[in-house]
Amino acid sequence: MSGSGTGTAGGPYIVELSGVDKIYAGGVAALSRAGMSIRYGELVGIIGPSGSGKSTMLNMIGTLDRPTDGTVRIAGHDIAELSDRELSALRAGVIGFVFQHFHLAAGVPSIDNVADGLLYSGVALGERRRRAAETLRRVGLGHRLDHRPHELSGGERQRVAIARAVVGDPLLLLADEPTGNLDSSSGAGVMELLLELHRGGTTVLIITHDRDIAAGLPRRVEMLDGRVVEDSRVGRVSAC
Amino acid sequence: MLTTTPNTARPNPGGLPGRPSPARLRPRDVIRVGGAGLRARPLRVFLSALGIAIGIAAMIGVVGISASSQEKLNRQLAALGTNLLTVSPGQTFFGEDSHLPAEAEGMIGQIAPVTSVTATGATGARVYRNDHIGEGQTGGISVLAARLDLPAEVGATVVSGTWLNGATQGLPAVVLGGKAADRLGVVAAGPDQRVWLGGQWFTVVGVLAPVPLAPELDASALVGWPVAEGRLDFDGYPTTVYTRAEEEHVVAVRDVLAATANPENPNEVEVSRPSDALAAKQATDATLNALLLGLGGVALIVGGVGVANTMVISVLERRAEIGLRRSLGATRGQIRSQFLVESLLLSLIGGVGGVLLGIGVTAAYATSQGWPSIVPVWAMAGGVVATLAIGGAAGFYPAVRAARMSPTEALAAP
Repeated sequence: MSGSGTGTAGGPYIVELSGVDKIYAGGVAALSRAGMSIRYGELVGIIGPSGSGKSTMLNMIGTLDRPTDGTVRIAGHDIAELSDRELSALRAGVIGFVFQHFHLAAGVPSIDNVADGLLYSGVALGERRRRAAETLRRVGLGHRLDHRPHELSGGERQRVAIARAVVGDPLLLLADEPTGNLDSSSGAGVMELLLELHRGGTTVLIITHDRDIAAGLPRRVEMLDGRVVEDSRVGRVSAC
Repeated sequence: MLTTTPNTARPNPGGLPGRPSPARLRPRDVIRVGGAGLRARPLRVFLSALGIAIGIAAMIGVVGISASSQEKLNRQLAALGTNLLTVSPGQTFFGEDSHLPAEAEGMIGQIAPVTSVTATGATGARVYRNDHIGEGQTGGISVLAARLDLPAEVGATVVSGTWLNGATQGLPAVVLGGKAADRLGVVAAGPDQRVWLGGQWFTVVGVLAPVPLAPELDASALVGWPVAEGRLDFDGYPTTVYTRAEEEHVVAVRDVLAATANPENPNEVEVSRPSDALAAKQATDATLNALLLGLGGVALIVGGVGVANTMVISVLERRAEIGLRRSLGATRGQIRSQFLVESLLLSLIGGVGGVLLGIGVTAAYATSQGWPSIVPVWAMAGGVVATLAIGGAAGFYPAVRAARMSPTEALAAP
């Protein structure tokens, strides 16, 4: 079940977290001494009940937020050393996001929603559209280029969102509860698409609370109360 | 059905990679992204822009209508000439009415740059519709003796009948000014149209159109000089001398006119330039224009507040979009410029709409008044620049708020 890029011992890590704390205003500790690392090309699931710190973990890995303490390295960059502008550039070039609520622009055709995935990489409009059409065909929506979100099913919308995340060929794809808003058959289709992208070489990180979905993933990281409690690659993690 | 493109040879950042640097958005994309928010909410855009448009249209309309009226006056003055001067008797030191010497016309004609001289003289006679009207009901009409060249000098034209000529100036014939004709119930000149003038019947041979440069003629009945002296006990003293001088010497001629007309008592002479009076009448409208411009300015500020309000709401409603754009790699600056451009575009739509509306209002009003339509280019350019300034000011704070929003909080919004 392991993909093409995983399992190369000693290979470089695309995600490295060590001793990460995140304490929100008001003293709520969303992460405490969390640590994990992900190699290029891995397919990893982060699982845990709601409130366990999964989403905060995703925000850290996606460089949308900075840790209160500890080190986060993404694709070799220590994000503490990067400015907000440089983090934006890192997201534009390296990271793709898929959200539970899709976040598609209403009234905008699929092709333009996907093309926006390249907007902040400085690609010209014609080239953005060309690559968006190509990516939509890749996710099986070649016949839905000019459809607007309200004309698509939930599964199709999530496919559009995935196309937008991968149109710029990111090294790292982060999916936050990608099937959370879908019925089981649409959800299975979306999962199949993510696995397919992983087989193509992309590092894929899926956050889910659905244990059935997690069971199909080669590596699972379990979280509870802001800590990584079990990692199927390294075994049980003792709290430090 | 699913095909994948294998990712070949990803760059392997084994060593320390270079620092990432954000790409610049092309100007076209900046406009596109800024306009996207407007395209999604056309009704709100229309209403917000309408506020700005009304303010700009009011200001353009005021400036345009005033410019059109000025242009009409300029054309009128150009047609009538600004070189006409009038000389009339004032009062003596003792407050008594003075009169010009009988030779005043001749002496004025001697001034080198003077090109022509003509005159009217008050006869003191009264004119009535017929011989049954009471003595006091004169209707404010004065009976003047007129030289034959008067209409040419003051730019008067007849709307009915003819002006006096060599034959009729010695006969009981009268030409009425426009207002005088109205008051006497005279619709058109004709052989059967008579008025009771100085105790005898005079035939109305002509009716004048309004005379802008000599409005005193409008309420006058004009008779020939000889008939006035012969039948109306006219003393022969001119009461108003009309003279035209060469354009570049008008001011110099004006300065010597009083002394020339009445060398003995130059202080008893009043000299005026009718075109100045017309222009002065125009200037009195300036206060009203300033008031209307102020009202337009208030409307514009209210419109600006409307745009600011729309932008604040737009930022609040689109938190998820802001979060998404940040996750796609937008920098704070790019988010800020997106909302600033949106605000500028919104105001610009209002501004351009307002300029067009203002031109329409000006054209409609000017046409209804029979004026030429003039909207100065500086007013149109100023209107558009003002809306851009308003859009920038109104959008600045919302744009800064949007940029400061934390991506995670923005994404957490429903």
